[in-house]
Amino acid sequence: MATTGAHAEPNYIGVFWWLLALTILEIAVIYMPLARLIIVILLVGLALSKASLVALYFMHLKFERVTLGVIALTPLILCVFLILMLLPDIS
Amino acid sequence: MSEAAMMHPAVEPAESPLTPESWGKLGMWVFLAGDAMSFGGLIVAYGILRYGSSNWPVPSQVLGINLTAFMTFLLICSSVTMVLSLSAIKRGDRSGLVKFLSLTILGGLLFLGCQVYEWTHLITERLPEVGFSFPSHLFATTFFVLTGFHGMHVSGGVLYLTCIAIQGVRGRYSAENHNPVEIVGLYWHFVDLVWILIFTFVYLV
Repeated sequence: MATTGAHAEPNYIGVFWWLLALTILEIAVIYMPLARLIIVILLVGLALSKASLVALYFMHLKFERVTLGVIALTPLILCVFLILMLLPDIS
Repeated sequence: MSEAAMMHPAVEPAESPLTPESWGKLGMWVFLAGDAMSFGGLIVAYGILRYGSSNWPVPSQVLGINLTAFMTFLLICSSVTMVLSLSAIKRGDRSGLVKFLSLTILGGLLFLGCQVYEWTHLITERLPEVGFSFPSHLFATTFFVLTGFHGMHVSGGVLYLTCIAIQGVRGRYSAENHNPVEIVGLYWHFVDLVWILIFTFVYLV
């Protein structure tokens, strides 16, 4: 991440096409003859890629200070922790 | 930098703000981090309940994904118009700001219209037909809580965007003063980002 301030404007339409392509790919994945685990891993990977594109370019996180990125990432880390804490209850 | 620090150049500020443009922007980021935990808690709860349940339908077969794929497309488009509105006012283009903000609001309203249609169809026809009616099955309960919580955010976002658009029409924003547009944009992109995750975890997985 660079420091805050003036920065070249990202190619928003390019990001739009990426988001659209990844969404189409996601829908295609659920019809692919693959193992369930592989499908889930692919879907999670695609969803996180799309979410990252929105955060980095539309929300300009790529051009903000690193600490702001840490604030934005904290909920994701806490959610992973939450999953790990809850898994023993259902296994 | 504080007034005291400016008067005494030898005094360094204890910390520099994360968002020098405005404190409001930092406030919105902190709010969004908290809000992300609310959504995170709900999505994790959904996953845990589903994983622990022996009787859970295949969501894409029960819910259908054609309409929601279109709703995802709508929100992505509205995110693009949102960044274009910010881009316009950064150039000092007030009519561009109002035009793109109006398109963003339209995208939000269309999304909400689709959600109302989807919920009505699911509650009155589809879910009773497949035996997963609300509130007798956790599948329906978790689905409505998650999508409803997101729908409330979209509704709030439409109202928030409308307030900013009205101020835009009144000529309050300019190339030098556009922080409120950037801040509402952060909120709207967050709503889009969360929908991307809900679409994947609730409809596709």
